[in-house]
Amino acid sequence: MSSIERSPWLIHYDASSCNGCDIEVLACLTPVYDAERFGCIVTGDPKQADIFLVTGSVNHLNAPIVKNIYDQMPEPKAVVAIGACAYSGGVFAECYNVSGGVASTIPVDVYVPGCAAKPESILDGVVRAAQILKEKEKAMRATRKAERKGRKAEGAQR
Amino acid sequence: MSGQDKRVQDAAHAPREDFVKGPTVIPFGPQHPVLPEPLHFDLLLEDEKVLGAIPQIGYIHRGLELLVEKRDFADYVHVAERICGICSFMHGMGYCEAVESLLGLPIPDRARYLRTFWCELERVHSHLLWMGLAADALGFESLFMAAWRTRELVLDVAEETAGGRVIFGSAIVGGVSKDPSDETLARCIKALALAREEVKRLSMVMLQNITVRHRLEGVGVLSADAAYALGAVGPMLRASGRAYDARSLGYAAYGEIGFETVVETAGDCMARAIVRAREIEQSFAIMDKVVAAIPAGPVSVPAKGMPPKGESFARLEQPRGEVVYYVRSNGTRNLERFRVRTPTFANVPAMVEAMRGSSLADVPTIVLTIDPCISCTER
Repeated sequence: MSSIERSPWLIHYDASSCNGCDIEVLACLTPVYDAERFGCIVTGDPKQADIFLVTGSVNHLNAPIVKNIYDQMPEPKAVVAIGACAYSGGVFAECYNVSGGVASTIPVDVYVPGCAAKPESILDGVVRAAQILKEKEKAMRATRKAERKGRKAEGAQR
Repeated sequence: MSGQDKRVQDAAHAPREDFVKGPTVIPFGPQHPVLPEPLHFDLLLEDEKVLGAIPQIGYIHRGLELLVEKRDFADYVHVAERICGICSFMHGMGYCEAVESLLGLPIPDRARYLRTFWCELERVHSHLLWMGLAADALGFESLFMAAWRTRELVLDVAEETAGGRVIFGSAIVGGVSKDPSDETLARCIKALALAREEVKRLSMVMLQNITVRHRLEGVGVLSADAAYALGAVGPMLRASGRAYDARSLGYAAYGEIGFETVVETAGDCMARAIVRAREIEQSFAIMDKVVAAIPAGPVSVPAKGMPPKGESFARLEQPRGEVVYYVRSNGTRNLERFRVRTPTFANVPAMVEAMRGSSLADVPTIVLTIDPCISCTER
């Protein structure tokens, strides 16, 4: 059993959402929905986070911040884009200060539908992201093993 | 400009090497554990004391006011509701009230009462949300969880009556789109009575806890004159001793239902907490009165024709304070201009004033006691 799948730590950033999805993300962390039963804790520190929850669309001012948080997170990591705005800009897609969905800035693993997304679907997104994390970790391990083998073989040749 | 103000401004624009000589600059936000929303401050410190704060906003500006030119005036309610997800119904309703006064369209009585009901429901859920976040900022984790659990009871009522949890989607130009039956409303009032008991208990826990009182009492004091001069609104103004509440205008059904303005005089973080706690209690009482007095009849009238050339205003009292909507029409189906003055925007100067002279550890508390809604502020 992979530990990362059983206790992923979350970080949440509000890119330019209307707060609807943000407060539903918070509702997920509190009783009734309670993401903690899947081992999730929310953290303010990107360096300790495994899953990045982004709400809202991206603009020129917050794109570097989204990118920065993503870059600071250690591998393996997963991104969950929550709500219609995080997918395409949603109801604000035509606004002048919306440059598009989160995928225009960072790679997204899971999209959560809704405007505002319901806590049940956000939880579903987080659980799916945890599975993706597990697969990413597996792939990372396999690459490392192959690299080690390669180095060994190189050493033997010398 | 006073000497201190000048010093603060010089420090903010000083080249990097001068920072060692001047006050320390600590960035607060935009990604900060205390706030779910991106708000940025440059805090200027001398040791632990905050000399000043320079707010920077714009991280979640979308520019939705301009969208009014591209959408049909009746469809724009969907966008207006998404100005902010916390007070979404009131935003939708405020836009509708402004357009209705432009059209000269009186709405049915039942719609006015239902609007009042949903406004107060939203106030309760917003204040409970605030209570949880404030408790979280103070490190009072169990109160955070308890407040949000109680908030779920309120959201269940919202979902049952309006159809949405945070974005109600029930305000339309000419009334409301949902008509909960009287039995449903009676059942909801029973459910809300449970929440009311729970909130009473939680308010007592929060306001009488010795640790919370140490953190809030005497912190971030704002005098009545300063609050008024800086244009503070809502609980921020009322906690400083000015009895001003836009509900006294009597919009929706407030004229018939009546209410009492909640005022505290201390002007510190504690007073702001007390104002909100008392407002929740009052909102429950208003909802009881609304359901007892709600008239039968239709809930909407069709909005026919184009809005005539002209302009109009609407003012409402949101959980965070007074909000002003302005619409201007050029006689077509697309309005020419839509403008919102939101409460948090009005409260930011007062917050910066309240921060001055406090210690760094109190900054999150002060930020949270204005109950910031950045999404409203930047739109």
